Amino acid sequence: MTQQQTAGGDVRLAGISKTYGSFTAVQPLDLTVPQGSFFALLGASGCGKTTTLRMIAGLEEATTGTVFLGEKDITDLPPYKRPVNTVFQSYALFPHLDITENVAFGLRRRGIKSVKKQVDDMLELVELGDFARRKPHQLSGGQQQRVAVARALINHPQVLLLDEPLGALDLKLRRQMQLELKRIQTEVGITFVHVTHDQEEAMTMADTVAVMNGGRVEQLGAPADLYENPRTTFVANFLGTSNLIEGEIVSTGGDLVVAAGGGKLTLPRERCSAATTTGGRLLLGIRPEKISLAHADDADSIAAGRNRVTGRIVDSSFIGVSTQYVVESPAGKALQVYEQNIDRRAGLLPGAEVVLHWNPAHTFGLDADQDIDAGVESVEDAA
Amino acid sequence: MSLTEAPPAPPADPREPVLRKPSTRKRLVPYWLLLPGILWLVVFFALPLVYQASTSVQTGSLEQGFEVTWHFQTYVDALREYYPQFIRSLLYAGTATILCLLLGYPLAYLIAFKAGRWRNLVLVLVIAPFFTSFLIRTLAWKTILADGGAVVDVLNTLHVLDVTSWLGWTESNRVLATPMAVVCGLTYNFLPFMILPLYTSLERIDGRLHEAAGDLYATPATTFRKVTFPLSMPGVVSGTLLTFIPASGDYVNAELLGSTDTKMVGSVIQSQFLRVLDYPTAAALSFILMAIVLLAVTFYIRRSGTEDLV
Amino acid sequence: MPVLRWIRRNLVVIAGLLTLAYMILPNIVVMVFSFNKPNGRFNYAWQRFSLDAWKDPCGVADLCGSLSLSLQIAFWATLGATALGTMIAFALVRYRFRARGAINSLIFLPMAMPEVVMAASLLTLFLNMGAQLGFWTVLIAHIMFCLSFVVTAVKARVMSMDPRLEEAARDLYAGPVQTFLRVTLPIAAPGIAAGAMLAFALSFDDFIITNFNAGSTVTFPMFVWGSAQRGTPVQINVIGTAMFIIAISVVLVGQVIASRRKNNARP
Repeated sequence: MTQQQTAGGDVRLAGISKTYGSFTAVQPLDLTVPQGSFFALLGASGCGKTTTLRMIAGLEEATTGTVFLGEKDITDLPPYKRPVNTVFQSYALFPHLDITENVAFGLRRRGIKSVKKQVDDMLELVELGDFARRKPHQLSGGQQQRVAVARALINHPQVLLLDEPLGALDLKLRRQMQLELKRIQTEVGITFVHVTHDQEEAMTMADTVAVMNGGRVEQLGAPADLYENPRTTFVANFLGTSNLIEGEIVSTGGDLVVAAGGGKLTLPRERCSAATTTGGRLLLGIRPEKISLAHADDADSIAAGRNRVTGRIVDSSFIGVSTQYVVESPAGKALQVYEQNIDRRAGLLPGAEVVLHWNPAHTFGLDADQDIDAGVESVEDAA
Repeated sequence: MSLTEAPPAPPADPREPVLRKPSTRKRLVPYWLLLPGILWLVVFFALPLVYQASTSVQTGSLEQGFEVTWHFQTYVDALREYYPQFIRSLLYAGTATILCLLLGYPLAYLIAFKAGRWRNLVLVLVIAPFFTSFLIRTLAWKTILADGGAVVDVLNTLHVLDVTSWLGWTESNRVLATPMAVVCGLTYNFLPFMILPLYTSLERIDGRLHEAAGDLYATPATTFRKVTFPLSMPGVVSGTLLTFIPASGDYVNAELLGSTDTKMVGSVIQSQFLRVLDYPTAAALSFILMAIVLLAVTFYIRRSGTEDLV
Repeated sequence: MPVLRWIRRNLVVIAGLLTLAYMILPNIVVMVFSFNKPNGRFNYAWQRFSLDAWKDPCGVADLCGSLSLSLQIAFWATLGATALGTMIAFALVRYRFRARGAINSLIFLPMAMPEVVMAASLLTLFLNMGAQLGFWTVLIAHIMFCLSFVVTAVKARVMSMDPRLEEAARDLYAGPVQTFLRVTLPIAAPGIAAGAMLAFALSFDDFIITNFNAGSTVTFPMFVWGSAQRGTPVQINVIGTAMFIIAISVVLVGQVIASRRKNNARP
């Protein structure tokens, strides 16, 4: 199915905020969602992502600020006058209407009489043609989810809002629906704004991810960029896992050199998001899968120019594709290392003395004045 | 897209941030929704109670009119004269409530756990009597309990009536026009009000709890005592209230199935109001009844710890 | 003894069925005695079979008039109480406002009050206002005591309604009125219907409050009450039985339709 590019443009939030009494759900926020993009708002529960989405939908009145759709100010429009539709958490399908009538609901409210063709096409797009006369409770979770998408998409909204649309599905179905939604988005070319607490989901589907925490956007960017270049400890910990090592800057000529854990580690200056003055403190970050492990005895065979940290394995778990090690070292009590299971490595057992080494270019630097554990627990809460 | 290419920040809003408040019209919606119904209750339920309170302390006569004289003696006189009817009302209503609970619980349990595919049918049979006017059904008890009828004969043969007569519940070999007939009628009339809340709270109990209790070494009797009954408490509380409150003020059963010796306080209020036309006494009696019932209900709800009945 | 063991094992079922019999027995008596031909004025003892009363149900003076009056009052009382009660229920569940506690008590109290107290106090009000007792005073009283029951029934349903359904409707271009008519009302309908049925039953069958406030107007329950003193015509049993059969048929037909619809919906 082809979709004409609706002349609408970007969703632009200018200084938008929401307070309930004395509680601030969303801090004044500026955000632009480019037309046609798949945009994800990612964060733990209570971070303000759903409230932001509901302000775009018009279901929540913004306390301050303006919502623009293209050049048009839609802040004061009620939801039924906005060219924006929502796929609700747990779907909110009308239990008293069958699938056809659920999907046709928006068309009928806008006074469109002949809805049959459009409804049939839309049910075809979501592969539910055979279920047109069923009631919502007679469908499985995945099917209900697709009805919810069809019910919103049939109105050709300029923006489709998805509020945790996959939260109620089991893991396997969720993976399948992620690809499905991505396919539909590419096919219809509508701007999707997707709210989720699942970082894998956000990274799989979205072009751009905004990580939210405590009512503000921590960082915004393409998934790979966010993963490789987190600018805050929250993002570093919330997206995947990071080893964060605190150190003191000893040299700023060329690459940065940092004294940490009894040794010296280097990182490229452009990968550091914090101020760099000699003597200042810095958090060094390195992803677990970028680290290689060597026996202390084999330390000589490590190539020169790599960052090194010595330590002792305290725990190892075999995951199948990889083995995950926890290493205790002067640089950090529980450094994580993921190693691909290409060859079985003998001797890397708990208690073994090891050297962790990695390419300095993979190191990133963060401001040391932050909670080093920010974002760690929220991942566990969400899991 | 890399970080440095992040979308440019939108131009700042030139206006000062304006706080939006929900419009007055929206805030008034609940009040408009409440207004007609609440007004109705205030004018036709609460206000009459005030009028009644004022009437109860008036003196005078129909011919000369009544006047508020703060004559509290009416209460003392009313209680002195009619305390037997008060005690009888509470006794009959209390007995009927206990009987309703004893009779109703097995049936509610049966519908909730044992009826299977017959559940809807049994439920319909419980509600069905409602569809015939309760006065007609109460009159039917006159036939059932008639002197020399089958019920009385059987009870007589089994010498049950000897025992009940000795207790003062029946008189020699008749049931009609005795306390037993009145209590029997009250129990019958208010049974559905006991069974339905009981059933609702029993039906909510997860059947697996019984299995879990059995798995944890509870006999069926212990399971009932420790699991089922405590979980059905909300139903027990609202069922007993829905039975006791109307039963305490009822005079239909006492008038149709009883005698002058079984008069309940409702009968007195009714005749004072509609026949004797002694309004102050009637109002005082009605007020005392209301106070007793409200006190009992409040005390009972506090004791049973279920305050979310509303 | 196997018999004793069987009885012990099925004690609950036996006790439950005995209670059920106790509840049904009067209805059977009413039905049987609708075919009686009593000798005197009272229809309490069986004489002989006759269809006389069934052939001429309105053959007693004022009987059918009182029945029609009761139906009218029940209809208007149901309409009034359901409308007012539904509005209150929605306000209680969906909105925040002041004095919620006081309003909750005002709704609870009529249900926690012996009927005779409400009846007597309402009569005091009407006498003080010099109101003419009759149809209107009875209707006012019925709406008053049915209101709380409607609120309770509708509230339970509205509370279990997902507020996101209404948001979804608004999101799909339905304005406030459309949202209410197309989504809120249909979904709340079972609760409203339950409240309305309860109100109808309560109003139609009410005796005590009506007896106080009807003046010389005679509703069906008042007619039955009066006949208990003057003599009970067999026609009372005929009407009681007919109502019983009609109501049961309506329920059964409804059940059959509902279950057939459920089966049809399956593939």
